[in-house]
Amino acid sequence: MLYTMLIYAAEETIESYTPEQREQCLMGHRHLQQKTKDKKTFVAAGELMSTTSATTVRVREGKPSVVDGPFAETKEHLVGFYIFDCEDLDQALEYAKEIPHADAGSVEVRPMPHLEAVATA
Amino acid sequence: MDQIAIHARASYPKALATLIRLLGDITVAEDALQEALTRAVETWPRDGIPDNPVAWLVTTGRRRAIDGHRRRAVEARHSQRVAAAAPENPEDVVLEDALTLHLRDDLLRLLFTCCHPALAEEAQIALTLKTVAGLSVEEIARAFLVSPQAMERRLSRVKRKISEARIPYEVPRAAVLAERLQAVCAVVYLIFNEGYSASGHEQLIRVELCDEAIRLARLLGRLFRDEPEVWGLLSLLLLQHSRYRARLDGDSEIVLLDSQDRSLWDQRLMVEGRFLVEKALRMKRPGPYQVQAAIAAVHSEAERPDETDWVQIAELYGVLERYQPTPVVTLNRAVAVAKARGAAAGLVLLETLEGSADIGRYHHFYAAKAALLVEVGRVAEAAGCFETALGLTRNPSERRFIEHKLADLR
Repeated sequence: MLYTMLIYAAEETIESYTPEQREQCLMGHRHLQQKTKDKKTFVAAGELMSTTSATTVRVREGKPSVVDGPFAETKEHLVGFYIFDCEDLDQALEYAKEIPHADAGSVEVRPMPHLEAVATA
Repeated sequence: MDQIAIHARASYPKALATLIRLLGDITVAEDALQEALTRAVETWPRDGIPDNPVAWLVTTGRRRAIDGHRRRAVEARHSQRVAAAAPENPEDVVLEDALTLHLRDDLLRLLFTCCHPALAEEAQIALTLKTVAGLSVEEIARAFLVSPQAMERRLSRVKRKISEARIPYEVPRAAVLAERLQAVCAVVYLIFNEGYSASGHEQLIRVELCDEAIRLARLLGRLFRDEPEVWGLLSLLLLQHSRYRARLDGDSEIVLLDSQDRSLWDQRLMVEGRFLVEKALRMKRPGPYQVQAAIAAVHSEAERPDETDWVQIAELYGVLERYQPTPVVTLNRAVAVAKARGAAAGLVLLETLEGSADIGRYHHFYAAKAALLVEVGRVAEAAGCFETALGLTRNPSERRFIEHKLADLR
């Protein structure tokens, strides 16, 4: 079974890390990735850019709407994700509008500065 | 303004738009253009204003950015883009003809990037005023009644989002161009309304926003000559602005259309506004801005309030309702219908709005309904509506106006 780990944290805390704290955090990630790669259990990991770069897409009655900012509804929960390699935000937003759940829920679009992944069978 | 300042200001948006494309980053381009402008102030008085000031500013700005880049180690991301943009020989002058060909597209790229739907509305407005209109951070902050520091933060946040989320610096493809152009028009109209809705002591400093919005709408008109909605927007702004001197009384309080001294209306702006809406309507592709401009044009033709062609205005609101089916448009239509066909006909329309979620908190709805109820002699109900209206507004001049009406009933 594949498992997704969704990481929640306060951005302000991460942004105010000292260089030592940052290095310690990165080491933790590298350690976990190396360990799981060795055990052939690693699939993919990525860092999301801050929520200031986020855009939320919804489609209602066939009409797409695009707004600045992250998804901020508490009644809805994360049900899935896609990662696309896009030319720019416009191309990403086009794909977001095509995701079936955009017509009732929301799709938050966040740039990823880096993705670590291995090919799976 | 002296000649140099006029040329520098007129050239700013075009030069910035091209520098952003060449240098790949808004902030880098802004800094480069600032240096070029400083250089212009030093050399133009001595050498004369160049034949093509935009080309001069772009060439100088780009050379400065590249030199500056060579001197110091810039952030890697920027340096790659600047290096990619550097010509073989940085002393090469950009060919003026080639540059002129790109100017229109660069300005469009800048406008569409500033008004990208993934940016918050207030951010779109601030960035458009900063880059396309060339206003300083202090000027924009003053117009929006915030500190320069707060405006600086808002602008850096939006520039950061553009670069992080990789919002493209491109004219949208044909399929979405109309929709995106609508967003650009909406930003220009919002800028105008910010200035237009100001009253009291704020009014003097914010009215500049109206002038900026008109300047931007004129620019849009030159860029999209075949788009009737763009001309409709410009016409609407000119017609609204023509009433500028009549809109506020001696205490800077808002005077309603019916009570305005029409001799204060600016004839020159009205003539231009009417000409433009007719030109737009002849293109046979009507839209909400053209219809609103047509309504303003009909008002402008009446020398006295009782000469107003309310039948035509009621019909135009009916057309506007199809584009914008909102309670506020229906309310305006009901008022026009009441003027054209009597208060009873207006009341019938108003009753269709009863119970709609947005209108329940809108004091103009109750004030308008009360005025119509008075006309048909339902005084007790009218008093009740005025009371409700009074409970919904805190604006002192509007409260005085409603209290006055209530006193008349008793």
